[in-house]
Amino acid sequence: MPELEHYLSLAVKAVFVENMALAFFLGMCSFLAVSRKVETSVGLGLAVVFVLTITCPLNCLVYNYLLKGGALTWLPVVGPRMAEVDLSFLGFISYIGTIAATVQVVEMVIDRYAPALYGALGVFLPLIAVNCAILGASLFMVERDYRVGESAVFGFGSGLGFALAIVALAAIRERMRYSNVPVGLRGLGITFIITGLMAIGFMAFAGIQL
Amino acid sequence: MTRKQRQILLDPLWNNNPIALQVLGICSALAVTTQMKTALVMSVALTCVLACSSLTVSLLRNYVPPSVRIIFQLAVIASLVIITDQILKAYLFDISKQLSVFVGLIITNCILMGRAEGFAMKNPPLESFYDGVGNALGYDVVLLVTAFFRELLGSGTLFGYPVLRTVTDGGWYNPNGLMVLAPGAFFIIGLCIWALRTWKPDQQEKE
Repeated sequence: MPELEHYLSLAVKAVFVENMALAFFLGMCSFLAVSRKVETSVGLGLAVVFVLTITCPLNCLVYNYLLKGGALTWLPVVGPRMAEVDLSFLGFISYIGTIAATVQVVEMVIDRYAPALYGALGVFLPLIAVNCAILGASLFMVERDYRVGESAVFGFGSGLGFALAIVALAAIRERMRYSNVPVGLRGLGITFIITGLMAIGFMAFAGIQL
Repeated sequence: MTRKQRQILLDPLWNNNPIALQVLGICSALAVTTQMKTALVMSVALTCVLACSSLTVSLLRNYVPPSVRIIFQLAVIASLVIITDQILKAYLFDISKQLSVFVGLIITNCILMGRAEGFAMKNPPLESFYDGVGNALGYDVVLLVTAFFRELLGSGTLFGYPVLRTVTDGGWYNPNGLMVLAPGAFFIIGLCIWALRTWKPDQQEKE
């Protein structure tokens, strides 16, 4: 089963070794702002996993069949004349378009079926669209030339890694309530310092080869 | 400039800082602050994009149905970032080569979305413009302070000029490697927030 092994190692690498939040420092804004309670952070984590698992393979298709140099040759009539066309400079805006559309759909679904979660996530749900972790994953996917299946696994793994990190941070912050933090450092300040320490911890994973 | 406009412009500097209080735009604050030079160019680029995007979003706010507002805001921001990128490539080619990744990162800087969604969609153009400039300045202050300490303590230089002579250079200063790594940025921003909140006690969080 070399195929399965390949996918598994890809997922494990995305979760731990190349953790979106703690190794690449992407998606920090929502990471710091929504980690006050374990409950809300689980909600945001799930939303990120969901959006990443959809957008990564979608953007993979967009890149391979629309943007890459010579990608448009599959078109029926005009195809043969399209071999020279290279649209990869439109990358940013296309990926962001895909991501924004997906986020809007997810927002509507959560609003309809889980209003409490919708209220708790507040302004940070639309902000998932500009969560650097989401765009970052798509850019990494293009840079590393993943196939559609690989990009789905990579997106899922990255989302899971982000969810894991944010839930861990939220759990630490809930415990912080019992500590005597200096008044000015309470809340955001100490969170920055905790994240710094967690990042040093995650540097231990760097360099692991799977 | 009326009193209200001045308040909109200056409030984000100390009283409602985008990084220290609103928790927006942190990713790039970590990425570009190892050197003063990159931090400065990034600040200028972000100020231009944020001022223009707030103005544009506010001008068009009455013609956009609420259900497509996210895509609309992103289209405005992404177009402005592409323009900034092209201008940098045309006139400051060396710096743009150094900054290539960071200019793209402006798209995903949540200050832009946060201000478009939170202010420009509800307020007239002129006020939104001031709000954009003010928030960008608040971001710039934190960025430059962080870069100042990271470059000074991490490599002993400022804008590339040696200030503290390092040991490898025959001087006395032993550079602190932690400052160059990303956790160093976390610690410095955390300490900046501590200093700001000691100065302005009404920003302290009660938990």
